[in-house]
Amino acid sequence: MAVGQIKPSSAELLRLYADMRLIREVEQRLSLLFGDGEIPGFIHLSIGQEAVAVGVAGALRTDDTLASNHRGHGHAIAKGLDLSRFFLEIMGRSEGYCGGRGGSMHVADMSVGMLGANGIVGAGLPIAVGSALAHQLRKTGAIACVFFGDGALAEGVLHESFNMAALWRLPILFVCENNGWSEFSPAARQLATEPSKLAGTFEIPAERVDGNDIVAVRAAALSAIETVRAGGGPRLVECKTTRVRGHFEGDPQKYRDAGEFDEIGRKDPLTRAAGELRAMGVPDGEIATIDEVARRRVDEAVAVARAGTAPAPEAALADVYSPKSSRAPARADAAA
Amino acid sequence: MTEVRFGQAINRALIDAMTQDSSVVLFGEDVAEAGGPFGVTRGLLKKFGGERVRDTPISEAAIVGAAVGAAMTGLRPVVEVMFMDFVTLTMDALVNQAAKARFMFGGQVSVPMVVRMPHGGGINAGPQHSQCLEAWLAHVPGLKVVCPSNVADAYALMRAAIDDDDPVIVIENKALYATKGDLPEPPPPVAIGQARTARTGKDVTIVTYGAMVAVSLAAADILAKEGVDAEVLDLRSLQPWDEAAVLESLARTHRLVVCHEAVEAFGVSAEIVARLADIGFDELDGPLVRVGAPFMPPPFAKSLEDWYRPDAGRIVAAVKRAIA
Repeated sequence: MAVGQIKPSSAELLRLYADMRLIREVEQRLSLLFGDGEIPGFIHLSIGQEAVAVGVAGALRTDDTLASNHRGHGHAIAKGLDLSRFFLEIMGRSEGYCGGRGGSMHVADMSVGMLGANGIVGAGLPIAVGSALAHQLRKTGAIACVFFGDGALAEGVLHESFNMAALWRLPILFVCENNGWSEFSPAARQLATEPSKLAGTFEIPAERVDGNDIVAVRAAALSAIETVRAGGGPRLVECKTTRVRGHFEGDPQKYRDAGEFDEIGRKDPLTRAAGELRAMGVPDGEIATIDEVARRRVDEAVAVARAGTAPAPEAALADVYSPKSSRAPARADAAA
Repeated sequence: MTEVRFGQAINRALIDAMTQDSSVVLFGEDVAEAGGPFGVTRGLLKKFGGERVRDTPISEAAIVGAAVGAAMTGLRPVVEVMFMDFVTLTMDALVNQAAKARFMFGGQVSVPMVVRMPHGGGINAGPQHSQCLEAWLAHVPGLKVVCPSNVADAYALMRAAIDDDDPVIVIENKALYATKGDLPEPPPPVAIGQARTARTGKDVTIVTYGAMVAVSLAAADILAKEGVDAEVLDLRSLQPWDEAAVLESLARTHRLVVCHEAVEAFGVSAEIVARLADIGFDELDGPLVRVGAPFMPPPFAKSLEDWYRPDAGRIVAAVKRAIA
């Protein structure tokens, strides 16, 4: 499918809108829970970037693998993670995806190919390269996908990963979420080039799309995924998007101009998708129902998470090594 | 029983593992066409083909990072870091990814990968191609570290590492590649974490590993002539290390020396003596003495490198302090 050629039906767009709304609802709730002290540690929200997660991760197969990053809640949900286990993990409960050992920066679900969020900028790239190598060798027909921000372009391992993927024509989709901010610094102070130009240096075909336009992102993703899956080698999709919240929750963002936020509001992917739905004749009530369903699902998941149990220290050492390990190194008395 | 070189034993282990399990793949710098900088992977490209045996670009971070992703997606990669000194470039993949994946994802996934890395001096390779940095890796929960001293263990520990479901670092001492030894047929397995008594003795226990095993045995021969009967324990595995074997030996000899080629300060020996000062306190009849390289980078010139690396004389002197 060539980009922009096929406009989705209103039913399809409604579904995409619903997926984005769910992620927005999840993260707005995370923000509240964090503010109320119900979530310890750090969380990094992707509010404003939902179209990238839904447009790309939602276009992957379940057996396609995905390496995410620190701003990965949307990626995880779009890849099909269970909402309750997601909240359980982020709220540090033993029933969570990682037994409360990982938290927001390490949510993972191998059963749907989600290889994990990642606390290290750029670290998901070589992991996705290796995963793509496994797909290629095992002839699974699956592909690997990795999300990274524009900030990761400054990491050396990104260059190594682009090069290796291109040399070996690996089935991998690189997705750059270009929100213009590397933590607290603007791209102008961070990058001497642009993502698509850099990919071009390694002969990786790149497409740049408006990352807040769900229709454009999905079309670009579907086209790139089809090529990658067919053995066409790696592709990059650069999604120009907007980070609404701070680098982390609680970041007062004093480094940003107030005017930037007016512009961000106009670019909001949900507002835009809702506008398109209305233009297609979808009644407001139908959109409001979707919003309500998302709220209810999050309410339910949070209720489940609140009822979860704190992980017991007695079981903490269990997964440092595998059970099939020739011998677990942890000393018996270390657990006492 | 066949006499083979140390490097050939590793080669044989790789061939046997790759023959047995098609998910075992090999990649690294110059491991395919060139057969590895020390010839360890010679012939494997021809035997198993370019899909499973690959030359990589000079990209240590991506090599080890890709091994993590491949291991999480059903392969059992064996990758090479050409010199252990270059492990600096791979630390994120090893420390933050490979070592933690199983734990931080709640046991959802294992990372069955092997990273081979040659360490040690003796070939005048200078400050950036001679270091023994194993203590860094042994300090990281989630990693395992083994270091064979002889042909049979080189084979067996490589097989055990590949069979293991966790990330295992196999450290190969460069000075050992050319050494020869017997490889029994079939080669007996060795479990990771099991020490080997290289020499029995009753007066002092010398705990060591890798290339320092032979040096410690030479020291024991010198000591024997002076009436001191030294036991030499070859750890084989540094993480986990065989605490029970060391304690058992100490309970007989009551004197302990720990020797390695790595810099002495904050080294593997520091962990061993600290632990034995605790659990072995009642057995001790003398100071716990360490032998390692001085606290400085490995020097290049032959006269300097020969002086830098621990030798039998230094071990003998250490034993004399331990039994005084």
